[in-house]
Amino acid sequence: MLGYTVRRLFGVIPVLFLVSLLVFALMQAAPGDPVSMLISDEASAEDRARAAEAWGLDQPAPVQYLNFVRNALNGDFGTSFRYREPVMALVLDRLPATLELALFATLLAVLVGIPLGVLSAARPNSVLDSIGSVVGFFGISMPNFWLGIMMILVFSGYMNLLPSSGREPWGMGLDRVTGFLTLDAVLQGRWDALAQALRHLAMPAIVLGTSMMGIIMQVTRASMLENLGEDYIMTARAKGLSGRTVLWRHAFRNALVSVITITGLEFGALISGAIIVETVFSWPGIGLLLIQGITFRDFPLIVGLVLIYTSLFVLMNLLIDLAYSLVDPRIRMR
Amino acid sequence: MTEPLLDIDGLTVSFPGTPRPVVNDFSLRFAKGQVVALVGESGSGKSVTVKAILRLIEFQGGRITAGHGWLHDGKGGRIDLFACSEQQMQSIRGNRIAMIFQEPMTSLNPVLTVGFQLREAVLRHQDVTRAQADEICLEALRQVRLSEPERRLVQYPHELSGGMRQRVMIAMALACKPDLLIADEPTTALDVTVQAEILALLRTIQAETGMAVLIITHDMGVVAEIAAHVHVMLHGAKIEHGPVHQVFDRPQQAYTRSLLDAAPRLGSAPPSPPIAPVATAAIEVRNLVLRYPVRRGLFGAHRANVHAVEDVSFAVAPGETLALVGESGCGKSSLARTILRLQTPQSGEIRLNGENILGFDHSQMKAARRGIQMVFQDPYASLNPRKRVAEIIAEPLQIHGVGSPAEIRDRVAALIARVGLPPEAAGRFPHEFSGGQRQRICIARAVALNPSVIIADEPVSALDVSIQASILELIEEIQVEFNVAILFISHDMAVVEKVADRVAVMYQGELIEIGPRDAVLRAPAHPYTRQLLDAVPVPHPSLRRDRPAAPRLIASPIHPVDAPPSVFVMDEVGPGHFLRRDRDN
Repeated sequence: MLGYTVRRLFGVIPVLFLVSLLVFALMQAAPGDPVSMLISDEASAEDRARAAEAWGLDQPAPVQYLNFVRNALNGDFGTSFRYREPVMALVLDRLPATLELALFATLLAVLVGIPLGVLSAARPNSVLDSIGSVVGFFGISMPNFWLGIMMILVFSGYMNLLPSSGREPWGMGLDRVTGFLTLDAVLQGRWDALAQALRHLAMPAIVLGTSMMGIIMQVTRASMLENLGEDYIMTARAKGLSGRTVLWRHAFRNALVSVITITGLEFGALISGAIIVETVFSWPGIGLLLIQGITFRDFPLIVGLVLIYTSLFVLMNLLIDLAYSLVDPRIRMR
Repeated sequence: MTEPLLDIDGLTVSFPGTPRPVVNDFSLRFAKGQVVALVGESGSGKSVTVKAILRLIEFQGGRITAGHGWLHDGKGGRIDLFACSEQQMQSIRGNRIAMIFQEPMTSLNPVLTVGFQLREAVLRHQDVTRAQADEICLEALRQVRLSEPERRLVQYPHELSGGMRQRVMIAMALACKPDLLIADEPTTALDVTVQAEILALLRTIQAETGMAVLIITHDMGVVAEIAAHVHVMLHGAKIEHGPVHQVFDRPQQAYTRSLLDAAPRLGSAPPSPPIAPVATAAIEVRNLVLRYPVRRGLFGAHRANVHAVEDVSFAVAPGETLALVGESGCGKSSLARTILRLQTPQSGEIRLNGENILGFDHSQMKAARRGIQMVFQDPYASLNPRKRVAEIIAEPLQIHGVGSPAEIRDRVAALIARVGLPPEAAGRFPHEFSGGQRQRICIARAVALNPSVIIADEPVSALDVSIQASILELIEEIQVEFNVAILFISHDMAVVEKVADRVAVMYQGELIEIGPRDAVLRAPAHPYTRQLLDAVPVPHPSLRRDRPAAPRLIASPIHPVDAPPSVFVMDEVGPGHFLRRDRDN
């Protein structure tokens, strides 16, 4: 398994290389001149030329790319045009916000979706099953930007229950350790800050997790129904096991493989969905950063962010593959 | 009459939406320690009946609409299984009545260890600690003569062979010392040698523990091996019952008699007519070697080889049938796949009508495929369910561009008539046909291109015995008519005796014996061939003999990468009868 992990991690390198090349080429093909973003419109041609030289934008595109790759291999992903800060520092500062949001959304989707799916499959066509499929279809078919706006309208606007934007109120004064506010609050014993962080997380996490929950519920249900028809379920029943034991211990363990697959795939969709949700809730994560980067033609920032997204996606898939072998002994990672 | 155990009275089972009950007014009286066989073909309702006894049929949508199932506790008390609550049933299932199923490959949960699944049954019904439960499990594994019981506990089902898994199933059933063991076709999915071992095991354990056994089977040979009483079912009703000798010697019903007659029996076939020698064999295999790589380690290094086919040579003449016998995993199917060039062998030659097809390029091979056709084991899986029969049979003709659409239509109609199907079959879909009829469609498809060779991979083992005979007859007729060579792969020695001109025995990828049918089957030269023949169920209960209940040891087929291709010497021990010389001498 260790060997497998190492090989997979090596496999990430060409992927990142290709993605960076693709993004770089697309940026070159996009209309407009990045220099105009760096310097005032009224600057003289000389000033423009100096700025272009300083940022290396006067070089031919292949040279620019090779420079980028050389620097990237040394851990330097360039400096953001707009923030005038190293791209990596910017991204690492914002990444925990997105990860925290994504993890809570996933947790919500899994904790609601899986039990609902299992219980729906236990009694097909029952009342619970009908409720389950309504919830499932609602989750899948609801556009998250609309759901987000409606929730802000209801819970922040009319009822004034939850904050509509950001991760924390002004002046909470929580020291950043991990960047995950909930975790930092717990580590420092700041229960007031934890409550605040959770209040801010609630709506974005629900909005982001809804579609994943619907899909997980449907997949769990289908996979459970399939496994409940298998021979070993009859064996388990013939042993005199109770219905609950048969359901969770025997059928669910086997259904887990497809549930894990879909959770992993959906996590990718979740991360890109976060771009919209972060915009709606002004959530200071990398999604919001990406939108700002695109608006300002901030080439180094965009390339850096896309590489981060790719790495997250690849890493998640690796984790899923490793999880398979834990769940199903027949799958051996080589 | 000894002490009663189970009285089933008037059991009727229906499925919602079907007009007729699947089991109708079925009664069965069971005494303690009795071994009873319930016999019937697929669709007779025998499986539904036993699942109804444990009320498991309700989980598959069935409903018990009438009847009583009195289970006696041996102290004068009794309980009606068909009126119990689900909770009461759970305390009876696995405890007083245990059950094992047909498919050992799928009847164990693949993601839980063998030990976990055994222990779970013990902990459910007995008030013991985990350590005590483990002791009980080990005891049960020893009772089913499984080697290395301690290691089995931590293994997963996929690490065990089919026979070992069935032993685990039996151990699971025995762990709580039930009064009744229900075995639903416990050996149907197993090799004949393993079947003999499992039946012997059941017999031994029954004698040791004195529990009652209800065995469900379609095979009269299994009945003859094990049962004391026989009940015959047809269309959901019991039509005949009695002591096993009475049913075998004086069957009352025509159906029972037909079941007894239909079962192909070793030693019943007439001597085969000699085949005239021909200049060119239809298919000839020379020194064929096929090895699968075993990859291990950090970068999947090629560490060892599984020798699937090792230095195999034989030839089949036009109009001749060579039967290839051996247990699962012996390389029969790998050999068939290699002849079809679905697998590329390491070395050797495959000559179709004298030409080595291994040297053919893509277009030559496409043309050559006309000459080799295949009939598969499972007629349910080998026909495209979305195509009509006429399209299925016409497809090979269209692929090879044989004739105009009108000619193809005529040819298809002729083929449908030839395999004994009505003309209107052409427009129907496969699911509208029974297993036997589907196999006829497969045969029509295989002969459509007038092939030189047909490879028939266990073509009747998925069919009921009463249908097997007619399909075998059809294959023989087709063979004479088209003068085709048939490579007939089978594990059933009785079927082999019926169809084969010559028999080849494979063991662990190697051809160990080959010769005329009567020579190999009547005077087997290799000890393994004798084992295979001995394992065939006896045709009559009075011929029962003692068999060892423990499994044979099997050598590993994994060899080092650099193992040189084996070269075997075949000694002629009779006219046309060859025996592989052992490597030692």
